[in-house]
Amino acid sequence: MRGQTGDTRAPYSEFCEWFDAEEPARIHRKAQQAEAFFRTTGITFNVYGQDDADERLIPFDVVPRIISASEWRRLSRGIEQRVRALNAFLYDIYHRQEILRAGRVPVELISRNEAFLPMMMGMDPPGGVYTHISGTDIVRTGPNEFYVLEDNARTPSGVSYMLENRETMLQMFPELFAKVPVREVSDYPINLLRSLAACAPPLCEGTPTVAVLTPGIHNSAYFEHSFLADQMGAELVEGHDLRVVGGRVAMRTTQGYKPIDVIYRRVDDDFLDPLNFRPDSVLGVPGIWDVYRAGGITIANAPGTGIADDKALYSYMPDIIEFYTGERALLPNVPTWRCSEPDHLKEVLDRLPELVVKEVHGSGGYGMLVGPAASKKEIAAFRAKLEANPRNYIAQPTLSLSTVPIFTRSGLAPRHVDLRPFVLMSPAGITITPGGLTRVAMTKGSLVVNSSQGGGTKDTWVLED
Amino acid sequence: MLGKTAGSLFWMARYLERSENNARLIDAGFRIALTRSSTARAEWKSILVTAGSNQAYAATGQEYNSAKVVDFMLRDTHNPSSILSVVKQARDNARTARTYLTREVWEAVNTSWMTLGALLKRQVRDDDLPDVLSAIRQQSAQVRGAFSGTMLRNDGYNFARLGTFLERADNTARILDVKYYLLLPSVAHIGTSIDNVQWETILRSVSAHRAYHWLYGTEISALKIAEFLILYKQMPRSLAFCAQKMQDNIGWLQRGYRHETEAGRMVEALHQKKLAGPIQAIFDNGLHEYITDFLRANAALAQQIERDYRFVV
Repeated sequence: MRGQTGDTRAPYSEFCEWFDAEEPARIHRKAQQAEAFFRTTGITFNVYGQDDADERLIPFDVVPRIISASEWRRLSRGIEQRVRALNAFLYDIYHRQEILRAGRVPVELISRNEAFLPMMMGMDPPGGVYTHISGTDIVRTGPNEFYVLEDNARTPSGVSYMLENRETMLQMFPELFAKVPVREVSDYPINLLRSLAACAPPLCEGTPTVAVLTPGIHNSAYFEHSFLADQMGAELVEGHDLRVVGGRVAMRTTQGYKPIDVIYRRVDDDFLDPLNFRPDSVLGVPGIWDVYRAGGITIANAPGTGIADDKALYSYMPDIIEFYTGERALLPNVPTWRCSEPDHLKEVLDRLPELVVKEVHGSGGYGMLVGPAASKKEIAAFRAKLEANPRNYIAQPTLSLSTVPIFTRSGLAPRHVDLRPFVLMSPAGITITPGGLTRVAMTKGSLVVNSSQGGGTKDTWVLED
Repeated sequence: MLGKTAGSLFWMARYLERSENNARLIDAGFRIALTRSSTARAEWKSILVTAGSNQAYAATGQEYNSAKVVDFMLRDTHNPSSILSVVKQARDNARTARTYLTREVWEAVNTSWMTLGALLKRQVRDDDLPDVLSAIRQQSAQVRGAFSGTMLRNDGYNFARLGTFLERADNTARILDVKYYLLLPSVAHIGTSIDNVQWETILRSVSAHRAYHWLYGTEISALKIAEFLILYKQMPRSLAFCAQKMQDNIGWLQRGYRHETEAGRMVEALHQKKLAGPIQAIFDNGLHEYITDFLRANAALAQQIERDYRFVV
């Protein structure tokens, strides 16, 4: 919020004016109200493997993170370029594999990728779209320096927090929105519905029926699933509500089975179809795969999209973007060492205490090493894991992430943040909701923003021009 | 709408109704235990039977005393009918049906789960019990208010209402089932004073002791009480009232879906044949048989609704 010299960064000036005139006690009271609001609304998440805390709140900070109109223009252009390239890459990988033939991406990265689905070879997903919904994690390291930290093309979550955080801020500080011109985010659900409907399969007749597929109320993101279904006016289905009837995927309604055209699934590929994937899955729909192949249903995101989330593949994104768009990447990658390559591995092992090491398929902040924050013992243990299976890891330098203020008992204090904008793609185009989800490390000095590791969230403001 | 969602709305409403009914039963039991310590044990037992929890309670091997029974009925999470269990079930069903509930209804159900969870964290002391029971009733009044004030009158609404009245009819019939023996001698000897305290208890457990006196004055007769609870259409917990409402709700569903169901025929039969009266005829044919028969028909109706509207398969 304030630059290195202590002056206020331009996008924050109006907010600061308001904040400086406020009683801290009032803001504190409002912050507590916000927590009650989240609890009553049921905006909670479940942490796996902890029975006592069945449902927890993600800490919410009342100080918004503010992005200027020009910063956002730059970001959104970079994100759009990236998502287009990803989608072209996925199409290519599941068709002619030009990029592999050209030697720009090593074959092993695909052949050894657990998320690669040979069954998708030659399939044309309706509308040619693989990544209907994606989230690009971005960090900022300097005044005009942004990096893409990772791509989430499988099932990015958190968009309900983006929407509810704004709703909460509007309830708590309505006057603030009269002072500061902030761009709307509330049209995300309707854009999502439009975008999904625009990808209806060939066998769809009339207005497409969209449904959200959830693993059920015990899933950690159930709140988000029901929230999105509710906001879209779509049915929220579980595997046992669905069945293949007459060549279509149909849901069991009070009046019999009704076909679905587009399914926004929040279950992993493995669980989609027990007949074609994991036989023990009870979350999916037996036979959905055959309907998919026959053009009877759109699955969003497309099966097999998860290869793009691989962190080793991430390191090739600048090449991928260049290969498909002919342009240089507008948003840079964080420099990445691939531990599968011996010289990279050697350097990583030498510099372990200063690096961040991640599993290539990891998510949620699990199984990673943050060198500067780790003890000697932890580093030694991680070194052993790394040496045993180097292919499983990538390493990145510890970035000097920018901080934004959070509201604490003793006033404002800086904390590290990242940003996940949400991107919708359909044949009609790409829509990026201004802003996204800002995740914040609530403990001083910490770089880990994941909610499963105690991270919190903030409202994210993109200012009008 | 999804069959599963219809089922969740139906069960959400049943559980909400059940929590309120059980609170009322505890209230009635507590009152009689205070005033008549000699029969307290038998009273608690009959209350547990009414709540369908006696077997589970007997399995705990505990004494039938107020503190133990009240704690079992309020807080024991091993008891599927305890207030805590029932409110949790109601909330789980509400979460499953979340997309069909208005924000107000969901928040009322969620708040009731949070409030009662906090209130029932520790064993409730005798002198706090009235407050706790009234909080339970207040919570369910809030849900009902939000429901009636904000829900679209569509199929989901009718499924939830069906759950409410089916559960309520079941509850009233069970109260009669457990207490029917009190009625019999007094019918044989018209004019002998029946056990007023016992009858007060029955009327209290359906929140109707005041209404009864408004209607029938000071005369407490077995026949009148039975008539009031079974046939009296203005009494919102009578069997006839509940059956009428269920018939209305299924009627709306049948018209909305343009499809007649077996459940529709069953509820009509229940309403027309079993609740036509007069009360004397019910006594002549045997009150106990009548109630057993009603409970069976009510349970069969629940199963038929589940089948006809595809709650499960």
